[in-house]
Amino acid sequence: MKLTKLLTSAAVALGLATTAMADTTKVGFVYVGPVGDGGWTYEHDKGRQAVEAKFGDKVETTFVESVPEGADAERVITQMALQGADLIFTTSFGYMDPTINVAKKFPKVKFEHATGYKQADNVSVYSARFYEGRAVQGHIAGHMSKTNKVGYIASFPIPEVIRGINSAYIHAKKVNPDIEFSVIWAYTWFDPAKEADAAKALIEQGADVILQHTDSTAPQAAAQAAGNVITFGQASDMGEYAPFPRVSSIIDDWAPYYVARTQAVMDGTWESVSTWDGIGAGMVGIGEISDAVPADVKASALALKESLADGSYHAFTGPLNKQDGSAWLAEGETAADYGDNGLAGLNFYVEGITAEIPN
Amino acid sequence: MIALEKRPTPSRALSLSTPIIAVIITMIMGGLLFSVLGKNPIEAIRTIFWDPVFGEFAFYYRPQLLVKAAPLVLIAIGLSLGFKAGIWNIGAEGQYIMGAICGAAVGLAFYPTESRLIFPLMIVAGALGGWAWGMIPALLKVRFGTNEILVSLMLVYVADQLLASMSLGLLRNPEGMGFPGSRNFSDFAAGSSWINEAAGLHWGMAFAFIAVIFSYILLNRHILGFNIRLTGEAPRAARFAGVNPTRLILFCLGTSGALAGLAGFFEVTGPSGQINIDFASGYGFTAIIVAFLGRLHPVGILLAALLMALTYVGGDLAQGNLGLPSAAIQVFQGMLLFFLLALDLLTNYRVVLKTKGAA
Repeated sequence: MKLTKLLTSAAVALGLATTAMADTTKVGFVYVGPVGDGGWTYEHDKGRQAVEAKFGDKVETTFVESVPEGADAERVITQMALQGADLIFTTSFGYMDPTINVAKKFPKVKFEHATGYKQADNVSVYSARFYEGRAVQGHIAGHMSKTNKVGYIASFPIPEVIRGINSAYIHAKKVNPDIEFSVIWAYTWFDPAKEADAAKALIEQGADVILQHTDSTAPQAAAQAAGNVITFGQASDMGEYAPFPRVSSIIDDWAPYYVARTQAVMDGTWESVSTWDGIGAGMVGIGEISDAVPADVKASALALKESLADGSYHAFTGPLNKQDGSAWLAEGETAADYGDNGLAGLNFYVEGITAEIPN
Repeated sequence: MIALEKRPTPSRALSLSTPIIAVIITMIMGGLLFSVLGKNPIEAIRTIFWDPVFGEFAFYYRPQLLVKAAPLVLIAIGLSLGFKAGIWNIGAEGQYIMGAICGAAVGLAFYPTESRLIFPLMIVAGALGGWAWGMIPALLKVRFGTNEILVSLMLVYVADQLLASMSLGLLRNPEGMGFPGSRNFSDFAAGSSWINEAAGLHWGMAFAFIAVIFSYILLNRHILGFNIRLTGEAPRAARFAGVNPTRLILFCLGTSGALAGLAGFFEVTGPSGQINIDFASGYGFTAIIVAFLGRLHPVGILLAALLMALTYVGGDLAQGNLGLPSAAIQVFQGMLLFFLLALDLLTNYRVVLKTKGAA
């Protein structure tokens, strides 16, 4: 306990020192991949750059990239807090327990954890409703597939990923009743070699649409090599593969949130909140739908996007059954965020998906 | 013309001094690298090598160095026994995972009982898990003459899959809202390997020191250690001396498996906190480097592990404070290993200048 005290007093002393020195707000970012991954971490880093651009000399941002989830993460977060950070964004699900642990030791430092569910007085959680983007992808995929086979490269079987698979499937099925999904679990967020292998395996099985919930552009390259397979950018636009094979993308836009939260710390109005925004709030963007997509499909996809954005349509609207055939949502009912069978803890497939969630 | 000439006996003076020379050359070359990247080289080197040990927040980083070094020492000590005898266990990573799974499973089975008897039981289970995983290549080798390098390496991937299955199924936290990963051992005092979490001390460090001492005694004072060295240096002589190769293989692979299992166990119940898909972060492979860096000598391994830990901890510090990219840190670590091994040549060979005629 002595050390905890020491850590806290060091942090307090530093905090005082920083405020005395100037009005610089120090903001730290912990990344799970390299900033050049072209996907998840790349977009978080764009958010960091937006904070720098907006506040100029009034902020100082630091980041550490490719931090393994676990003991190393806890050390890196502590390191940032010790060095006097006022606000720390930890941008991967696996940083949840380390973030909570460090937050206990530094009550004056504000923490923001992405995609988790554990909040504290000085820990906010934030995530984006990526499944809204998946609905648009599924819609386009269902229209575009000629083999009626969609390959899905999934990362880890966590609710966020399962929501995405369900949402894409529901909306593909709506426009193409014969569609089938094959899912490969890569057990990684970023591993170009593994992702390329998964993409090739799916293409060999006859898939002519590849959806990915991993962050590298390797599946895009594999599809390009195959020649007749379409893909979607993940987390980032991946526009270098447009107009074909990349026909659209889901873009995570963290910049407005990061700027707002930094502003809140500067103003002293920061409070622990749980944020879960989608297309409407601008946290999820749909990258330009390329000309490889027929005009009528593009128009209907954009209409779907609009209805998701203005809230007139929910991506999970009944009637929907679970994979085992039991009822989930009644006619016209929409899925709740929390509670039993809620979206936050979603751990089952909807009816029609033939794959199994590994366990 | 410059030529290499084998020394009749390895130079003892050089064997001791090359690591220091290698570190100095790495600092110079690394400094050049950092200055090309536009950073102050002196400051970068100081941040990596000095700050974690003597800097402002050394009180936090010193125990962190031990946290990082302890599993490396435990695994590398075990590996060095086999390596000395020419028995190549490359799959310590798998044994590390199995030790963690078995030890954690026994602990979680007793949750939430608080008893002093639980932890010793978990230690035994962790060691047995790693031992059993090491015995598979050992038994296959003595019974069927399979290659232990291949078998032990392949078993890493099997262990990886088991780890994923455990974190999604059998050992998943029932209160984890459907997310993968076991309960966190920080909420379970009887099963935690921390001696004093605030001070950053856990039982794995104590076991690492004990392993160093035992291995030193074994190799220098015990007939078994003599047999190990003899088999490695002169296999024919060993056979004439009546060394039983079967027993030696079973002992070396079993012991290194058990030690790797212990390392995994102490990591999962302490610094890492939970069984999770991403739990294995490559300690089992890094330990191979540590074993050779330490010249397969117990004290050398201890120092090598601390040096590796320093480059990791200091490297993260340099990323956060100076904005060095993680790739530059990895190049720097690579340089260190390269120079250490390259200079190793000088202990066994001497550089001579030869005239053309003589050659």
